[in-house]
Amino acid sequence: MATSRTVSALLALRGRPQPLEARVEPAENAVIIDGRRVDASELDWDTPAIGCLYGVALNFRGLLEALEPEFHRPPHDRPPLAPVLYIKPRNTWLAHRRSVPVPTGVDAVEIGATLAVVIGRDARRVARHRAAEVIAGYTIVNDISLPNAGLFRPPLRAKCRDGFCPVGPWIVPRDAVPAPDALVIRAWVNRELRMENTTANLQRDIATLIADVTEFMTLRAGDLLAVGVPEHPPLARAGDEVTVEVEGLGRLESTLVPEEILSGEILP
Amino acid sequence: MRRGQVIFRGDRRAAEPEGEGLRLDDGRHVTEDEVAWLPPFEPRTILAVGLNYAAHARELRLAPRQEPLVFLKGPNSVAGHRSATPRPADVKFMHYECELAVVIGRTARNVLANAALAHVTGYTVANDYAVRDYLENYYRPNLRVKNRDGATLLGPWLVDADDISDPANLELRTTVNGQVTQRGNTRDMILGVDRLIEYLSSFMTLDAGDVILTGTPEGVVNVNPGDEVVTEIEGVGRLVGFITEDAAEAAT
Repeated sequence: MATSRTVSALLALRGRPQPLEARVEPAENAVIIDGRRVDASELDWDTPAIGCLYGVALNFRGLLEALEPEFHRPPHDRPPLAPVLYIKPRNTWLAHRRSVPVPTGVDAVEIGATLAVVIGRDARRVARHRAAEVIAGYTIVNDISLPNAGLFRPPLRAKCRDGFCPVGPWIVPRDAVPAPDALVIRAWVNRELRMENTTANLQRDIATLIADVTEFMTLRAGDLLAVGVPEHPPLARAGDEVTVEVEGLGRLESTLVPEEILSGEILP
Repeated sequence: MRRGQVIFRGDRRAAEPEGEGLRLDDGRHVTEDEVAWLPPFEPRTILAVGLNYAAHARELRLAPRQEPLVFLKGPNSVAGHRSATPRPADVKFMHYECELAVVIGRTARNVLANAALAHVTGYTVANDYAVRDYLENYYRPNLRVKNRDGATLLGPWLVDADDISDPANLELRTTVNGQVTQRGNTRDMILGVDRLIEYLSSFMTLDAGDVILTGTPEGVVNVNPGDEVVTEIEGVGRLVGFITEDAAEAAT
């Protein structure tokens, strides 16, 4: 069997205070540690050490086209000019292969498959042509949301629930991702492909996002900028196994579990 | 007890008030202008509540809401006592917001209002600036309005919860260059501190270091470069801020 391509990556594993640098095989979700090849599922994962996790709403062309009529009606009145941002707070972060609590009374959640840029140094007023200089690497984010969150107010109740943001499994350095604006993103529910899109469809590509966001605020070293969730996010329910795949990075897996089963436990 | 965080001669120090000045954790007494002030604690998740005073909601011509308006802020926005906040050159309306900031000390999940205050470790004053020119009707108010660098002053002190007998009866006041522009009382909050903790913890876990900015009363006015803005809350503190031109804009 031919060995698949490997890239270096930063891994956060439980019990290790420092990130571990290792080779990974993104296509197989395998890790080479101490010369031994292991499947990512055999390791005990932690969330990568990150600062603030920002997300960008309304950044896929297909989504913008679908919403165009709504943008001209109240309460929106006109399409957005600046990037529309939100924050996924710490209580939402979850490592690879952990359980996402599905709130009691919630039938299904939206799986928000996306690529996240890891910022490498404090970045303010970065010109588009210099944006790559402030990128340390990339990782995968599953920006989970309750359906029908609405666009007018910040959707905390939909997006900020405990465990609603799996991140990882690892960070792949910038130079190992030569074409971040043309990466296929896929979402799988119980091993069935339910969504496929590509970062080539971003309204603002990565460099434009960094320029437009740092025009008004500092992105700090360690912050994550999730570039946008594609249109038609698949729904998943308690009991489902969910995978988000970004080409060249790997696969981020989670299991959805009823909140009652996890309650009383400290979330990972 | 009141605790602050300052930088004195390049060192980060814990401090407490002493006389007219501060006592550093190594015993030295210094004056307020000998130090650079940091926020009095390291904020974790920063939650901000909008339209939580009925009169302020009327001032902004907004109908009372059924669902509380809450938004999040990033660490870039936070600054300490006596910090300068840049005002973009091209805007017409940038305003302060004097707010009681509630600091969580103990994990809170599904906490009822009558038990909520036991999860509070202390209080401080927040001045949470907004640039209204940048308001758009998507996840409103969005980060370009509220999450600018230095837009959220916190301080000077973190005051122990035990020292605030009733967080639902505190006078708030803002002055701009010495003129009173904003007055209110926390009793006029639509959701008080206890109800806010109940609401937020009903869908997310609050943890030690999380802070809730509880909203501002009526009386927000535009501020300009050179203005001194003092936001003050009875028994909690007097937080001073300054408005500057945006240095990078001014340089171009």
